[in-house]
Amino acid sequence: MNVQTDYERGVLTLRLSGELDHHSAREALQEIERAMDRYLPRRCELDLTGLSFMDSSGIAVIVRAQKRMRETGGRIWLIQPFAQPLKVLTASGIDRLVPIKCLESGGQR
Amino acid sequence: MKYENYIKLEFPSKSCNESLARSVAGVFAAQLDPTLEELGDIKTAVSEAVTNCVVHAYPDCIGKILLRCRVLEENRLEIVVRDWGKGIENVEKARTPLYSTGGEERSGMGFTIMESFMDKLTVRSRPGEGTTVVMTRVLPRRRRER
Repeated sequence: MNVQTDYERGVLTLRLSGELDHHSAREALQEIERAMDRYLPRRCELDLTGLSFMDSSGIAVIVRAQKRMRETGGRIWLIQPFAQPLKVLTASGIDRLVPIKCLESGGQR
Repeated sequence: MKYENYIKLEFPSKSCNESLARSVAGVFAAQLDPTLEELGDIKTAVSEAVTNCVVHAYPDCIGKILLRCRVLEENRLEIVVRDWGKGIENVEKARTPLYSTGGEERSGMGFTIMESFMDKLTVRSRPGEGTTVVMTRVLPRRRRER
């Protein structure tokens, strides 16, 4: 699990890559919260393009990240999750709470 | 029950073994020629079951987890995840979506995902003795396009 940070004009982009499960969730969340505290962005984009696997531990991470953004009046978006992570997001209903932006249709891994 | 193939894997309840368990289950399931989506579903369900053992069955210690995968008749894949940990007081409640005793780090969606990603989920548990999760999924034979 790796989190790459990018900040430009109020938008914090966090690129998650690898596998997000219970084992990697705590460290991922710490990195996400550290970046949010540092930049206090208006908008945070969690880019899931590089995520090859995610289970419900990832849902907890996203919910916590969303809470953190709300506390500072910001908003969070999920970018381009591929088939497996997207199915977990949909099954848990989180797609109704956090907007998901797919840059192109399809995508199977 | 008649089976065509099986594996048994025993490992300690360390979180680094969550990825090992789902990978092993995925490799075993590959003999049934699953689609990528089916393979993703199986790996996700196994990840949830094993994470439950790590987080809930053995909250303060490292214990034993058993993963058994079998190919049954008619392309049915059966996965058993068993622990000898503290057990679940109320299985019905534990299976309720969003219910969790794991605090903010857990989403309470584990059993819900296992249920929706597999065809059948059975949970047997006795407080103080452990929990057995049995999941099955039929992987229909695909007609290959040539």
